[in-house]
Amino acid sequence: MSEAEPKDWPLWEVFVRSAHGLAHKHVGSLHAAGPEMALQNARDVYTRRNEGASLWIVRASDIVATQPEDREALFTAAEDKPYRHPTHYTVPEGVKNL
Amino acid sequence: MYTQMVDVSERGLDENSEQQRIFDDKIDRGVTIEADDWMPRAYRETLVRQISQHAHSEIVGMLPEGNWITRAPSLERKCILMAKVQDEAGHGLYLYSAAETLGTSREAMIDALLSGRSKYSSIFNYPTLTWADVGAIGWLVDGAAIINQIPLTRCSYGPYARAMVRVCKEESFHQRQGFEVLTTLCRGTPDQKALAQDALDRWWWPAVMMFGPPDAESKHNERSMRWKIKLYTNDELRQKFVDQTAPQADFLDLAIPDADLAWNGERGHYDFGSPNWTEFYDVVSGNGPCNRERLRARIAAHEDGAWVREAAVAYAEKRKQ
Repeated sequence: MSEAEPKDWPLWEVFVRSAHGLAHKHVGSLHAAGPEMALQNARDVYTRRNEGASLWIVRASDIVATQPEDREALFTAAEDKPYRHPTHYTVPEGVKNL
Repeated sequence: MYTQMVDVSERGLDENSEQQRIFDDKIDRGVTIEADDWMPRAYRETLVRQISQHAHSEIVGMLPEGNWITRAPSLERKCILMAKVQDEAGHGLYLYSAAETLGTSREAMIDALLSGRSKYSSIFNYPTLTWADVGAIGWLVDGAAIINQIPLTRCSYGPYARAMVRVCKEESFHQRQGFEVLTTLCRGTPDQKALAQDALDRWWWPAVMMFGPPDAESKHNERSMRWKIKLYTNDELRQKFVDQTAPQADFLDLAIPDADLAWNGERGHYDFGSPNWTEFYDVVSGNGPCNRERLRARIAAHEDGAWVREAAVAYAEKRKQ
């Protein structure tokens, strides 16, 4: 991390829920001195064209995330469980609504 | 997540390593590289340079147009221009955020711009002398920017590609409003049409030069293409720009100031002349018509805004207690 970092305002991640019933989606990030300013800036930066009906702001340092080196242990286990997908099963000819 | 919390020093920097092999393989397969993935030092540095210069261009790009907000010829044109300038500020912010994911800080990038260490697009060192220039910027400069930026939505670095998706979505109105300004002028009085022609005369070659030096002279072309930071060469993009813009000039009944411009049926492209590259290198190295003025304006904005930033921090501190 650069030594200049502490002088920057804290980083906030921005999530927008569109009016179409979808979940809040991450759209980007911004710096702001505090939560109200973060919300105000998020409104100006990420919703200038009716993109959203709701905004969530989260301090980036509060996010808990997986690490790239854990990727294999966490996610590849699902690869050998094809039976979790409907496409694994053969539907006999002529059977409907299955 | 867009977080910039990457500790570069902790990750291995041995570029002949297993990590390098995994990285190369991802690039070959078209898998995006994300902020917390291992990447070669030079890839990271190239991206920081490219993305921060791109961000600076958006921010400095607000100046020539902001100059015309109070003088735009109608309330609607003022509103449109304000919306456009506000978009450019937004684009600068998306790009700074994308660069920060690579481990640089906002402050370091702003400092590099204000101290003159970091470049921005040379096009913004030309003055906007008349209202027609606002039209020409939208049509030609934003038009050229879109051609540059659309391939970047598919570039190998995820945060950059995603920022470009937003930028490109917003940018298309910029080009259209510029073309509309010029269409209106071209349908007006002979004096108004002459303003449009004059703007095209002055902006054409700087716009053609926005794609950078010819491929034969371009320093970073080959490696950037290998890394999929660049998907087309400077000359390929420039050809696309000329092919797309020449018929639009015909529609406006304006003459592009290039005696060599002609449709080549055999190639299926327009042939065109070579820009004055001496001028290009002159402007890039700080001697364009407005380089000093632009930088002075950015420094003044930064210094005059210092009390606002201090007040915001003081307020946030107070609210915490």
